Amino acid sequence: MTNAILPAHAHPSSAGLAGLRILVTGGTSGLGRELVRQLHAAGARVAFVARTAQRVHALADELPSSIGIVGDVGRKDDIHPIALQATGALGGIDVLINNASILGPVPLALLGDTECESFEQVLAVNLLGPFRLTRALLGALAASARDGRGAVVVNVSSNAALEAYPRWGAYGASKAALHHMSNIWDAETAADGIRFLAVDPGDMDTPMHAAALPDADLATLKRPAQSAAEIVGLVTATLARQHAREAA
Amino acid sequence: MNAARLPVQRPADARLLVVDEDGGLVHAQRAFFIDFLAPGDLLVANDAATLPASLAGIHVTSGAPIEVRLAARRSLDAHDVRHFDAVVFGAGDWRTRTEDRPLPPALAPGDRLQLGPLSAWIEELLGHPRLVSLRFGDAPDAVWAGLAAHGKPIQYAHLADRLRLWDVWTPIAGAPAAFEPPSAGFAIDWSALRRLRERGIGFATLTHAAGISSTGDPALDRRLPLDEPYRIPAATAQAIRRTRARGGRVVAVGTTVVRALEHAAARHGSVPAGEGLATQRLGPATPLRIVDAVLSGTHEPGTSHHELLRAFIDDATLAHVDAALEQGGYRTHEFGDSVLVARSAAARAMRGDGRAADWVRAAQQRLMSA
Repeated sequence: MTNAILPAHAHPSSAGLAGLRILVTGGTSGLGRELVRQLHAAGARVAFVARTAQRVHALADELPSSIGIVGDVGRKDDIHPIALQATGALGGIDVLINNASILGPVPLALLGDTECESFEQVLAVNLLGPFRLTRALLGALAASARDGRGAVVVNVSSNAALEAYPRWGAYGASKAALHHMSNIWDAETAADGIRFLAVDPGDMDTPMHAAALPDADLATLKRPAQSAAEIVGLVTATLARQHAREAA
Repeated sequence: MNAARLPVQRPADARLLVVDEDGGLVHAQRAFFIDFLAPGDLLVANDAATLPASLAGIHVTSGAPIEVRLAARRSLDAHDVRHFDAVVFGAGDWRTRTEDRPLPPALAPGDRLQLGPLSAWIEELLGHPRLVSLRFGDAPDAVWAGLAAHGKPIQYAHLADRLRLWDVWTPIAGAPAAFEPPSAGFAIDWSALRRLRERGIGFATLTHAAGISSTGDPALDRRLPLDEPYRIPAATAQAIRRTRARGGRVVAVGTTVVRALEHAAARHGSVPAGEGLATQRLGPATPLRIVDAVLSGTHEPGTSHHELLRAFIDDATLAHVDAALEQGGYRTHEFGDSVLVARSAAARAMRGDGRAADWVRAAQQRLMSA
């Protein structure tokens, strides 16, 4: 089972994150920014990626000793430079959170009206990006697992991965593929000690959600901080299980 | 031997020359190298990712174009990225053989180098017009960002195209520490790790800052390898202890693994976990305390890699190996073919265990029946 959010009362302490080396993509907005802040507050050594240099530097300035990396996970040529900076500055990677994603052009369009180039771009960011970055970091993650530090990859999925919502075709298809890829990675790398989790964070009040559904009732939406806390809890619990297995 | 010209890490036709303890030679396909290992053996690889260590820039004092190749660092500490030893070339690029590259302008301590977004200063000349120690002026994360944005992998004139960073990272590459790829590791992929597990063969890694393999300058090449820092994880130290206690063989993937493990063992008597700085050269006089066999690229006589094989086998056997590689048309260099060399029975006897193995015959039987 790799698609789960722990119920709120089950959150273990995040104290287990102190000193862990964590990379978050899409780290300057919405859920990603909350993840970066909470992981940093929990004592993790956090690197984060985003496209806009100004926003990256602003968040890095806000969080002492965090590592801000400017890059676009949708660009093949950016992947190894991102991996180099993260593993270089942190000395390795224990947790990778593939959070960056795009909707494609808004207002959202029916698949029949979706330009092929838009579809490709959504897949490049939401599916190929996580694949390439995971591949580039797989050696570092496996080294961490062999070292007994644990190794976890979180792929931020969506309800749109499972439900067929009209006008969410490119995004939904990309998330469905990400979700399935995550499960296959998990099956293939379990023996290497690397766990993969596909996580649906729920409908959140984020800039992305506002772009997709500008008329949504904000009161019905989750705070990104809450979803971030759930993911942090899930990562902590997964690492704790890995450490327990290591000690046994 | 011919140089491999295409940067394919695991060409389907990659070959392997196996050299057993008695100097016997067997030609095989490298894809089946795991069949030459036995349950209880331990494969140890170098998981260093390769830095984009080639930095084009300007010697500010003279205005002359230069290429700086970072070549050595004192530790693997992620924050210790300000000080490097480096080889400096004059104008030109990788398409010119290093042997034909001009010297840089006369360099002096205090000279500033502008290397893309990175500023560096020469701290010291190291006894050769091309070899310097330098210091970057930026904070560690800015150095990493600058290397990522501007650095290129060290290139080879014998290759048809420019290498990209993904060409020089082995599948198991972790933290960036190597200046040129620990290329024996190209033979290992995730499928190979699965096969090792299935056959009850252990796998462990260390991180060793593999230095540059050659500079094109004979005087400088005689000083290679430069000092190389390494880190041995606790799990690896433990796996080595267990393997040796149970009579298994420790098989090094690449000469850098031999250098790290034997350096640690020479200092401590066994292999402890932790960091070290490998300063020794390996050759015929080096007792091998830990490593029973090495999987390596093929190397031409006179290189430090070739010299290292003399610790495993006597000169007569090595001459046979060189002749077999030459006659067999094996490809050399980073993306070439491989050898699997077992420490000779004589070298083994120096350690006193004298265990005779019929692992080559067993592998051949496995391959025949497959």
